[in-house]
Amino acid sequence: MADAHNAFVTEETIEGAAEGPLAGATVAVKDNISTEGVRTTCGSEMLADYVPPYDATVVSRLTDAGATIVGKTNMDEFGMGTTTETSAFGATTNPVDEERVPGGSSGGSAAAVAAGEADYALGSDTGGSVRCPAAFCGVVGIKPTYGLVSRYGLVAYANSLEQIGPLAPTVEGAAELLDVIAGPDEHDATTHDAGADSDYAAAATGDVDGLTIGVPTELVEGADDEVRRVFEDALETYRDAGAEVEEVSLPSVEYGVAAYYVIAMSEASSNLARFDGVRYGESGGFEGNWNESFAETRAENLGDEVKRRILLGTYALSAGYHEKYYEQAQEARAWVRQDFEEAFADVDVLATPTMPVLPPRLGESVDDPLQMYLMDANTVPVNLANLPAISVPAGESDDGLPVGLQLVGPAFGEETIIDAAALLG
Amino acid sequence: MSDSTVDADEVRHVADLARVDLDEDDVGRYADQFADILDHFETLDEVPDVEAEPDLVNVMRPDEVEESLSQEEALENAPETEDGFFKGPKVS
Repeated sequence: MADAHNAFVTEETIEGAAEGPLAGATVAVKDNISTEGVRTTCGSEMLADYVPPYDATVVSRLTDAGATIVGKTNMDEFGMGTTTETSAFGATTNPVDEERVPGGSSGGSAAAVAAGEADYALGSDTGGSVRCPAAFCGVVGIKPTYGLVSRYGLVAYANSLEQIGPLAPTVEGAAELLDVIAGPDEHDATTHDAGADSDYAAAATGDVDGLTIGVPTELVEGADDEVRRVFEDALETYRDAGAEVEEVSLPSVEYGVAAYYVIAMSEASSNLARFDGVRYGESGGFEGNWNESFAETRAENLGDEVKRRILLGTYALSAGYHEKYYEQAQEARAWVRQDFEEAFADVDVLATPTMPVLPPRLGESVDDPLQMYLMDANTVPVNLANLPAISVPAGESDDGLPVGLQLVGPAFGEETIIDAAALLG
Repeated sequence: MSDSTVDADEVRHVADLARVDLDEDDVGRYADQFADILDHFETLDEVPDVEAEPDLVNVMRPDEVEESLSQEEALENAPETEDGFFKGPKVS
């Protein structure tokens, strides 16, 4: 049964080196990560025929490590969505329950791993886009510390927030993939030396004896009852294994969703200006002037959610509103960062439900954008603070739907969260 | 009065700034949705001033000439080209 979940936009094999740590392994790659000679659509009509002339750094690292790439996975258009329903190539369905969304925006990557169509996958996480689908599909996903993984060849949505991250059936598998893609890259000036000689896979022992876990009350109180029950049970498992669990408070995270969306939309409104129908995409024709032609191709080839974010981002940056929205969002971002730093003075990791809700049914959340944005409450603070986080399956609801536990660590604390998450998976 | 009430004219103005054509149905729908979303963004008014050090700094180096894409490769994805150049609509 080929691609029963519409997990792939393009199924095409890219062979890797004969030997290496990932020899024999198959990897699915999100369709906003450039692959030389293989079309890279970002889930958008605008790039339906775009074929990159070069590989993203993470793609070269995968093939150098022996991995075989099996295709490019479906996603919310340009990464803008929480359900993988905004793709121009149709929605991906959740392998756990066909009537439900896989989460997003890396929904195709999570579905491919959950359905066994690839051993591993790469996604990108701007505000939760690796962790959310990992949680909804019952797999493991890691959002690395900002700067750990090169973004060279990742089609930009919001540069200051996003990182490429691994998805896998197990914590150890995700860590192994992270080992391959992490480390400095001369093509991305924001990369860091941390991760150059990493051995995250070896850290996945599940030894939590003496570990202190902080639980931010603000990110638990709003969750569904079923999600809370599974989350509390998981904390009990940690206590039984010798961890200490204590409540902490992060008052700034109440402003996380607002700050995240203002910053992400502002960056998007600038980044997506490159899609003008001249260098890539469909030409807007030669009848009118540049502005008219540009406005026409964008009207025709960008989807509803993408236009919404471009317009709101343009609004937030426009004369008279810049200080009110954009600058205040940057203040909030600094506050969130400070809050996390203070919390990590007392605890080793922070734990929350990855998503406050169970996977919605297809079509349930697309008509109310604000409600969809609010689903990201637990994941966006991590991107605002540039921190690493992992989502690991914590258990199931009464109806058998997966619930993810999110563990957040201090900057470049990947080993700590990988070690702790390995207790569950 | 909430500052974030967005009327259709404002949506049209922003769409014009952003170079995105909208039809009239879109304008009405976006105006309603933007009112909700901007209302939520208004909560940022309550955020206190924070003293923070930027953790990224500019690092400068002299430009160096390196290998890059050929002209052909750079033009591969352009819908229209002419004499080795991108072909775009007239500027004014």
